Amino acid sequence: MGKQLLLEHVNVPGIEKLDVYRAHGGYKALEKALRMKPDALVEEVKKSGLRGRGGAGFPTGMKWSFLAKPEGVPRHLVCNADESEPGTFKDRYLMSHLPHLLVEGMIVSSFALGANTSYIYIRGELLYVYHILEKAIAEAYAAGLLGKNILGSGYDLDLYVQPGGGAYICGEETALIESLEGKRGNPRIKPPFPAVAGVWGRPTVVNNVETIAATVPIVNMGGEEYAKIGVGKSTGTKLISACGHINKPGVYEIELGLPVEEFLNSDQYCGGVKSGRKLKAVVAGGSSVPILPADLILTTAKGEPRLMSYESLADGGFQTGTMLGSGGFIVLDETASVVKNLWNFTRFYHHESCGQCSPCREGTGWMEKVLHRIVEGHGKPEDIDLLWDIQSKIDGKTICPLGDAASWPVASAIRHFRAEFEEYIKHPEKIKDVKHYYSVRNQTAPVA
Amino acid sequence: MSKEYKFSDETLALAQRIIKRYPEGKQKSALLPLLHLAQMEFDGWLSAPAMDYVASLLKIQPIEVYEVASFYTMFNLKPAGKCLIEVCRTGPCWLLGAEDIVKHIEKKLNIKEGETTPDGMFTLKTVECLAACGTAPIIQVGETYHENMTCEKVDEMLNDYKSKGERKTHFDKKHVNANQH
Ligand SMILES: Cc1cc2nc3c(=O)[nH]c(=O)nc-3n(C[C@H](O)[C@H](O)[C@H](O)COP(=O)(O)O)c2cc1C
Ligand code: SF4
Ligand code: FES
Repeated sequence: MGKQLLLEHVNVPGIEKLDVYRAHGGYKALEKALRMKPDALVEEVKKSGLRGRGGAGFPTGMKWSFLAKPEGVPRHLVCNADESEPGTFKDRYLMSHLPHLLVEGMIVSSFALGANTSYIYIRGELLYVYHILEKAIAEAYAAGLLGKNILGSGYDLDLYVQPGGGAYICGEETALIESLEGKRGNPRIKPPFPAVAGVWGRPTVVNNVETIAATVPIVNMGGEEYAKIGVGKSTGTKLISACGHINKPGVYEIELGLPVEEFLNSDQYCGGVKSGRKLKAVVAGGSSVPILPADLILTTAKGEPRLMSYESLADGGFQTGTMLGSGGFIVLDETASVVKNLWNFTRFYHHESCGQCSPCREGTGWMEKVLHRIVEGHGKPEDIDLLWDIQSKIDGKTICPLGDAASWPVASAIRHFRAEFEEYIKHPEKIKDVKHYYSVRNQTAPVA
Repeated sequence: MSKEYKFSDETLALAQRIIKRYPEGKQKSALLPLLHLAQMEFDGWLSAPAMDYVASLLKIQPIEVYEVASFYTMFNLKPAGKCLIEVCRTGPCWLLGAEDIVKHIEKKLNIKEGETTPDGMFTLKTVECLAACGTAPIIQVGETYHENMTCEKVDEMLNDYKSKGERKTHFDKKHVNANQH
């Protein structure tokens, strides 16, 4: 197991409580940060090379330095805890087990950005985690870690949690801001970017839960030390949510640069493909990223071992590569049907499209319909090209990246698994026989 | 029979604390949390008068509430059973048998997805990824996540909820007095 910077104490009984968290070094980063200048903190985060853990991988220090600071206008830090990307469950895990790690990260980051009121926007389905965070925040207020004059530093911060109402699109940062303002989650046209005009038109930074939590070890160890972990521009550790047909699903903290093969097969991590079956494909970074067949996920097209890093997973572009994304690692074994899985994902995007842009609203619906007829055994030979055509007319042509996220799975499935589409269309009877998922009745005892 | 739409004193106090979390003049921002409270107070769904009441608390137009409530999937705009059984249907859960679970519940309760049992106890709904794919398949009831579900565990779960007969909402009443800041 590599370095555990975030999850080191996750199994300590009572770690969700302030006293236990403090007994294990909690709030040391805050004490250190409050003795520093905010700009020096931003520098540390820049030096760490930390990249956004929400999906896009944008350098966090750079994002922070873009924050506009007009005189007399309050600015805000908003934590994106909307986690809804299929295959991703690391933020829920982190918040429910280590709420104070997020709270400490929020105070440190808010101080660095000069924010005096910050919000954690958590998806509504996670109201039970909302209450865990509320409890941690109340403890922090009572201990003088939040509120006025934090630890005698003169710095004031109020921290609040807001639940959403059930909408994947609210994970997109401008939709999240709209939702925080009490509106429908319709993404905004950019520019202006949130750094200039975010919540209530004020300069705003939106960061993922894991990104904010990572500022705690960064402050504790220093940006330079943090940057020594990992490989190249993929510094530090990353939480990976592993699920699907593997022996040991769960959340794992890896050092970036771990070989995919090791992550998949080692008993420390996924423990190999379930029931000793053969690997068919992996969706490595949440449902939105391109699916890769077994050979291309384990090695790049050049034949080098594929690593769990931003660069290595993207090696080969979309022709032969994919993305690290949110770190939702979904494994499909030889019994799975890529086409059926794709229909399921496409239904998801159609359901979650906010409806503002016609290519996304209509295109996701058409793709779902065409895929559904293939899956139902009524596919036509021209359907594959039709799907390709529709996805190409969504990608890059919409207000927000949900459109892209809906088109990439379709494009990559056709690129790498065209033969499976053709077989279903030619032999509709075959699709009826596909045991495309593990029947629950036959499922072996689940792994905790 | 007309019903009075008004929060209990405790819930109203919580709503007012929540409204104060946003800057002056931006109280509309409290809309989503207040809709969860309204669903908790008013039998698990949002009728037009319930939404009008929320609008009055926030001093906004009722239409501003309707357009938001209808956008988000967690707000029920028609009555639902005491226990809303939300089965995750997305990729990872589905790869591990969510479809079987849905079929099993449909058979067991003799209702189709989207329907409510005649005794008003259960409504069955399918939802998208609940961020718990590592313990798939997942069912959410109120604030509880039921993980690693099997058909046997579904039977147990349904019997348990039925014998208790309580209403389960996403915002659980037991938390109303908790958050004091
Ligand atoms: C459709 C869509 C859904 C998203 N969902 C999430 C999410 O659930 N959590 C998240 O942190 N970022 C999500 N993002 C990315 C955010 O827009 C944003 O890039 C991120 O919160 C920035 O934080 P980071 O730089 O710390 O990663 C989503 C983006 C899109 C387009
Ligand atoms: S791309 Fe889709 S989700 Fe994004 S703004 Fe357009 S319609 Fe809405
Ligand atoms: S797919 Fe069901 S919880 Fe993620």
